[in-house]
Amino acid sequence: MNFDDTPQEAEFRSLARAWIGANAPKEYEEDLRKSSLGRTVLKNGNILEVAKAWQRKKADAGWACLHWPKEYGGRGSSPIERVIWQQEEGPFGQLSRMFIIGHGMCGPTMMAFAREEHKRTYLPPLASGEKVWCQLFSEPAGGSDVAGLRTRAEKDGDDWVINGQKIWTSGAHYSDYGILLTRTDPTVPKHKGLTMFFLDMKSPGVEVRPIKQASGASDFNEVYFTNVRIPDHQRLGEVGDGWNVSLTTLMNERSAIGAAVSTGFPELFEYCSSLMLDDGPAIEDRAVRSKLANWAVKASGLKYTSMRAISALSKGERPGPENSIGKLVAGSMIQDVATYALDLQGASGVVSGEDAELAGRFQAMLLRAPGTRVEGGTDEIMRNIIAERVLGLPGDIRVDKDVPFNKIPTKGR
Amino acid sequence: MNFDFSDDQKQLRDQARKFLAEKCSPKAVRVVLDGKAPYDKELWKGLAEMGFLGVAIPEDFGGAGAGHLELCVIAEEMGRANAPVPFSSTVYLAAEALLIAGSDAQKKKWLPAISSGDAIGTLALFEGKGNPAPKNVKLTAANGVLNGVKKPVADGAIADFAVVAARTGSSGRDGDISLFLVDLKAAGVEVKSLTNLDPTRGQAEIIFKDAKAEPLGAGGDGWSILTQVLDRAAVLCAFEQVGGSDRALEMGRDYALDRIAFGRQIGSFQAVKHMLADMYVSATLARSNSYYGAWALSTNASELPEAAAAARISATQAFQHCAKNNIQVHGGMGFTWEFDCHMYYRRANAMALGLGSLSYWEDQLIDRMRKKNAA
Repeated sequence: MNFDDTPQEAEFRSLARAWIGANAPKEYEEDLRKSSLGRTVLKNGNILEVAKAWQRKKADAGWACLHWPKEYGGRGSSPIERVIWQQEEGPFGQLSRMFIIGHGMCGPTMMAFAREEHKRTYLPPLASGEKVWCQLFSEPAGGSDVAGLRTRAEKDGDDWVINGQKIWTSGAHYSDYGILLTRTDPTVPKHKGLTMFFLDMKSPGVEVRPIKQASGASDFNEVYFTNVRIPDHQRLGEVGDGWNVSLTTLMNERSAIGAAVSTGFPELFEYCSSLMLDDGPAIEDRAVRSKLANWAVKASGLKYTSMRAISALSKGERPGPENSIGKLVAGSMIQDVATYALDLQGASGVVSGEDAELAGRFQAMLLRAPGTRVEGGTDEIMRNIIAERVLGLPGDIRVDKDVPFNKIPTKGR
Repeated sequence: MNFDFSDDQKQLRDQARKFLAEKCSPKAVRVVLDGKAPYDKELWKGLAEMGFLGVAIPEDFGGAGAGHLELCVIAEEMGRANAPVPFSSTVYLAAEALLIAGSDAQKKKWLPAISSGDAIGTLALFEGKGNPAPKNVKLTAANGVLNGVKKPVADGAIADFAVVAARTGSSGRDGDISLFLVDLKAAGVEVKSLTNLDPTRGQAEIIFKDAKAEPLGAGGDGWSILTQVLDRAAVLCAFEQVGGSDRALEMGRDYALDRIAFGRQIGSFQAVKHMLADMYVSATLARSNSYYGAWALSTNASELPEAAAAARISATQAFQHCAKNNIQVHGGMGFTWEFDCHMYYRRANAMALGLGSLSYWEDQLIDRMRKKNAA
């Protein structure tokens, strides 16, 4: 049992470290270190521009999309090298957030299902950050039950005509392309009538409307499709096989391990270390210490669970559904942490924004936190995944499994 | 990086699991649970023959000379099997205290006897209510004899010797405490069994009246040695707790698959699935924290105090959580003496107190994290 790199890994790490040391945009390092859930502020820069510039620089030097093949703009690195890169990139890794969906989900789906000429055309600019991609799966009628989606694709000559609405599309407002899951046959059971495409987000008939979230910010969008035409050669996988194609996408999302999940604990520990309460330093208060200790072991438990997964990767094993615990634990934890940080501030905890304690760091965290327990699979879906795929418990009884999609009830009452 | 046990260590685990499945069935555990024997002597002998008792004891002192990672592996299996033997008192506490502070003669006297299963040892620290703290040690040592009462002492009624924490000064500092080795079969020692939450591991009160004792380690070093012993034991106990958590989770999972209610496997109801998923989460976090503790223990890293406290808290919570919800999944049958669920519930709650309570270790963890940050 050890945390040592193999000689190969050590060599890769020193190469990566040297290049990052010489090239990273250090003028933003402090701002990036101070960012936390719900609050990333670059004082002297536009985050999209800074992120694109950093991605471009990495791509030019061969450090973009490490796990992708070289011919598509990647580096052909092993999964463990990707993890080492993330460790070395540190706070600058936050600049990759706008590319996560494209690099982690859309790219791999294209690699598995697109025509060769499309891969060569579309993947390198995706890797370099020149083009940004989004994923158009969720719908008002299909959240956790994503296969319940209703956006229609109908064949018309060599094209498909798309009508419908997507929701919760991260980054659609700055995306150039997207992968789109549609219903091509409503007369068969829901999982069997789906088909996947990719499309240009500037196509006529695509309308992106930002969603104002409960937090007040807008990271997500609704996307409306009105008679949008997609040529058949942009179809990914067979007609009717969209569900299986989407599983590839979601699998890739899960294998993106090693990226630290945000628990809020380091922020809270730092805060409590200097905070004075009415009776003395917070860190010497028994109740505070007990809370901190409980969160400390969750945070360290997640950290070392991730280390175990990385070790398995290093041995060539594929990560499994057990990695669902990171999001499940961190999501509700960061919400509780933020709530407690405000509790420690007493009545003044109600003040948010720049006038608040620590410029409103924990207030912003509190307001953003509910989303973390829903996005990318709700807590309940994560528990189902663990129960069914790790523990081997029965799947939920699905009353709509064998029913033609257009016969499934659409209203609760 | 290889943050995992080696293939050899995993083989040892399989070997231990197989051995315990044969020699330590729930039926065997029940002999001790029902008070028909103070501990499982046959199993103890078998563990000695397998080399498990001395797995971390150097060959020079009659052990297998493997190491602490191997001991962690065995500990997990002992917890999984709910073994009714004085393993933790003898191996994690007494043997570790001897390894840290014993003279060559003391090691030669006791460690081979521990490895061969001929000597049972324990640590006599507590004196009634309270957590590990120098001020709670009232028993005095003077002129080579001890006077005072220790309670509770794990496995005290079956132990041959004890490492005893005694007061040798009154300055109010840690240096007031010294450790002593006492032959519990000698004159001046009176032992009374206590009923306790987990009858598969006995607890006792030991009264020392001018009992002969020899110093273990230098006078005044007692507290510092004890702190090290407790940290090591915290990691090793965490592995027992992880083993117990996994077993309780498995029992719950298996029952949820077998039991039919409302025409369905109860494991198909989300309320039950999610309860089991949460148990899995606790057990996984505990396992990962414990692995870090194992790494720190085996390399004698400066991170050990923090890692041990984190492993202790996480594993204590996980075992309590899994053991109690295992009963819940079983419903009424889980609350019968006949079903094995309560054995893990008892063990989980007894282990949560053995090295000091959860709140004590929470406090320790924060102290240690602050020290690290300050350094």
